[in-house]
Amino acid sequence: MKKTHIFGIIIIAVCVTIIMSTAGDASTYVSFKEAKALAQDGEDKKIHVVGQLYKDHEGNISGIQPSEDKLSFSFMMVDENQEEQRVFYNEPMPADFTRSEQVVVIGSYHNDVFVADQILMKCPSKYQEKEIS
Amino acid sequence: MFNAFLGDAGHLFVITSFITSLVVAFAYIKASNAHNDLEQKQWKSYARGAFYLHGISVLGVVGMLFYIIYANHYEYHYAWSHSSRSLPAYYMISSFWEGQEGSFLLWIFWHVLLGVVVINTNKRWEAPVMAVFAFVQAFLASMILGVVFGDLKIGSSPFILLRDALDAPIFATNPEFVPEDGTGLNPLLQNYWMVIHPPTLFLGFAITIIPFAYCIAGLWKKDYENWVKPALPWTIFAAAVLGLGIMMGAYWAYETLNFGGYWNWDPVENAVYIPWLILIASIHTLIIFKNNGTALKTSIVLVIATFVLILYSTFLTRSGILGESSVHSFTDLGLSGQLLLYLLFFALGAIVLAAIRWKNIPTSEKEASAYSREFWIFIGVTTLCLMSFQVLIPTSIPVWNAIVELFGGISNMAPPADQVEFYTKFQLWFGIAIALLSGTGQFFFWKKMDKGKLKSELTVPVVLSLLVSSIAILVAKVTEPAYIVLLTASIYAVVANTSILLRFVRSKNFKLMGGSVSHIGIAMILIGILFSSGYSNVVSINNSGLLLFKDAPDDANVENLLLWINEPREMDEYELTYKGSRMEVKGMPGYVEKSDLIRTNNDHIAIARNNLAHGDKVYFQKGDTVGVYAENTFHEVLYKHKETGKEFSLYPRSQVNPNMGLIASPDIRRSFGKDLYTHVSAIPNDEEEKEWSEREEMEVQIGKQFFINDYVATLENIERVDEVEGTPIQDGDLAVKANIRVLGEYEEYVLTPYYLIRDRMVGRIPFTSNELGVRLTLLNIKPEENSFTVGVETTQKEYIVLKAIEKPLINVLWAGTILLMVGFGIAVNRRYKEFVMQRDEVKKHKNKGNKPQEKRKAATA
Repeated sequence: MKKTHIFGIIIIAVCVTIIMSTAGDASTYVSFKEAKALAQDGEDKKIHVVGQLYKDHEGNISGIQPSEDKLSFSFMMVDENQEEQRVFYNEPMPADFTRSEQVVVIGSYHNDVFVADQILMKCPSKYQEKEIS
Repeated sequence: MFNAFLGDAGHLFVITSFITSLVVAFAYIKASNAHNDLEQKQWKSYARGAFYLHGISVLGVVGMLFYIIYANHYEYHYAWSHSSRSLPAYYMISSFWEGQEGSFLLWIFWHVLLGVVVINTNKRWEAPVMAVFAFVQAFLASMILGVVFGDLKIGSSPFILLRDALDAPIFATNPEFVPEDGTGLNPLLQNYWMVIHPPTLFLGFAITIIPFAYCIAGLWKKDYENWVKPALPWTIFAAAVLGLGIMMGAYWAYETLNFGGYWNWDPVENAVYIPWLILIASIHTLIIFKNNGTALKTSIVLVIATFVLILYSTFLTRSGILGESSVHSFTDLGLSGQLLLYLLFFALGAIVLAAIRWKNIPTSEKEASAYSREFWIFIGVTTLCLMSFQVLIPTSIPVWNAIVELFGGISNMAPPADQVEFYTKFQLWFGIAIALLSGTGQFFFWKKMDKGKLKSELTVPVVLSLLVSSIAILVAKVTEPAYIVLLTASIYAVVANTSILLRFVRSKNFKLMGGSVSHIGIAMILIGILFSSGYSNVVSINNSGLLLFKDAPDDANVENLLLWINEPREMDEYELTYKGSRMEVKGMPGYVEKSDLIRTNNDHIAIARNNLAHGDKVYFQKGDTVGVYAENTFHEVLYKHKETGKEFSLYPRSQVNPNMGLIASPDIRRSFGKDLYTHVSAIPNDEEEKEWSEREEMEVQIGKQFFINDYVATLENIERVDEVEGTPIQDGDLAVKANIRVLGEYEEYVLTPYYLIRDRMVGRIPFTSNELGVRLTLLNIKPEENSFTVGVETTQKEYIVLKAIEKPLINVLWAGTILLMVGFGIAVNRRYKEFVMQRDEVKKHKNKGNKPQEKRKAATA
């Protein structure tokens, strides 16, 4: 076997490892229901849930509850299947949180609470149309 | 004033720039396929003329758009949505490229300048290279074309009128309506790095077209080898500029964003890192080819791959496909189809051309020996490619989902939850390989090697680096095995390259130093990353032990600290005191207490409540009108070292933006060994959301002490005034002001509520002190009892939640970046001189061939 062949095989092996590992470490977008099912099966992988902040019938955001020391907070979130869930986040409330149109929480279930390690927010961006004041 | 002419002129320039770029492409194709010299000459001069016309049109577009922004023409959507009246001129430059259209324009603009350089430095390759160049330019110009045929929209014009972009009712009644002010620039972009970073990055993007164009020209004209010499300096230059742009972006993120680092593995960041690695790899194979004629095919593949990956990254960041996985990609402008076409056109075109020519590309059948430099460089190149591949795969997950869905499947793959951990796992080991190879490769590069020589060459550097690393490991307490390996490998790379460098210095071969200098830079960057990220240490650990949510996980340790104003808290080796919020006043250095400024209806203008001084110098008198930077609030935090008693203040910043809410930016205490990085994680809500206690009424007399919110207060006097908060009162009105002195923890405050009588009506203007958390109202004046009624309301005192992180040896990272750039600079210079020498050789040769026509051409050029 020529040296280049051995070299080629090694490269292919590394590439395959990279792809397999990416597929293995990749998270998934799921609903709260699926996330709960996963947690009950003992799966502790972090998952993504996409949704919105809970709004009461008047359209106001409600259910946000900061801790007394303001160093963490929890909030109600509604996923794309309209399922409501309390989410706990162990960091102070991000400043533009209440303005977000969409939130993506990354984390997993601990008992009945979804604990988010990260929150990605989509805020009305500068590129979207705005009212003229 | 409504001015439709500006936009029409701008749009006309866009259209001419698009058409001229097609003309340039056509004429250069004709020139390079010409059958005789005369025909070629004619087509070339025609093409050049068209190119300069194209350049003028592009300058016209840039000028028009900049003028629209600069002269506040808010009837244009672009100016309205990216700029505002209060913006200083240098940030108007940032507004110019904040939007997608402007950033495409910036890219087009750089291409024009680069095209002029290519035309004037290389006559021989001009026609085929510029033909490729002009095609790319036509695609870019089409992105800002803004032409609609039925349902087909080509490009998005930056000259759209507001009334065409927005569906606001006002335009029905008044089509000529021009808004008073624009919506302003994203405050995160109001930073000097944002003025220079995007142009640098786009210049880097732009330069990658030149090696690509040379490569395609070589394949097209079946001149497979000669394109390398002129392309090489451009390739190195592209790597330098793009690398500088990437690092500027990292530095901006470090200084402005509050994620506590410089690299977040966000898809948008990855999108520039992926092609940069391949670009670096292509430099190495081009050098191998130049030296001994091997690796030409690999070079061609890598040069094409670099450009295609640049296009792919453009597609990723601008098509909106990353919407859910990135926090700062552009939103979709409806150009994704056009971007995809752009990507596929050049990717497929280049691949097909290379495939057709593949058999004819000369190869060398030499098997590289393990002691040849080619072998080692080749392994290094492979490592770079794998490194790039590893980032490419996960970054492309959204694209994968889109493809699966296109074929009717369902794919809900998301990027890895902990991106930093995921990428580090791989990139760390690639980094180790790069460090080892860049150290060893250099020995092979400059000498013919065999087993014995290698041993004698390597002994000293290896022993020396093992010695230095073991000391470093002990001193810095590095315990993680992977980190130990990375540190040792990086130190080895520094030592080995320094020994090579010293040889050049001794033999005064300065122009050959580029490689070793940049390799030292890379090794230092690795060391800097290792310590600043691997040993970054959150020092603001909450030790209060308060737990509110019983459902929360037990191991929830909170990495933030709550600081009430003027209440010292301990943090690590410091005692921290939050001193209150500050603002910057135009025309004076330092910061001013927020309570010293009276806000007006105009956000950017305030009135001085007291004299404003910095040091001993008073810059503004009480009552002066001053300009303020309304977006920024600085939170003064006093750090006192517990042992030495040394003090310093940091001013982390918060910004209020109507569209994005509150944004925090850090302040950094820099020292040689480590940075102390501090930012606010939360601040109190707006004024109106504050909850006040019920008003308590107090009877007070002048000179007598009383207590408010546990502070000692004295009513000093009541004075009659002619103006209220800087505004003169009207005739017949009566206004008095109470001066109430309150003893705070550290300083005295004078609170001044007003009492106003107009037409027998009483008006009371309360005074709010955020520092003390009180609001005082002068409720009643009882002259007969010589006493006054003061209403006291209290609220939560001001606070901030703060996060502080230590970043050891981060300066090694920045210093390494500078060295890398110096190394690139030396290499560009050397390779450019080689190219000039070859070019002039060829010219001389040709001139000797008794061709008077050629001679005249050379003379006039």
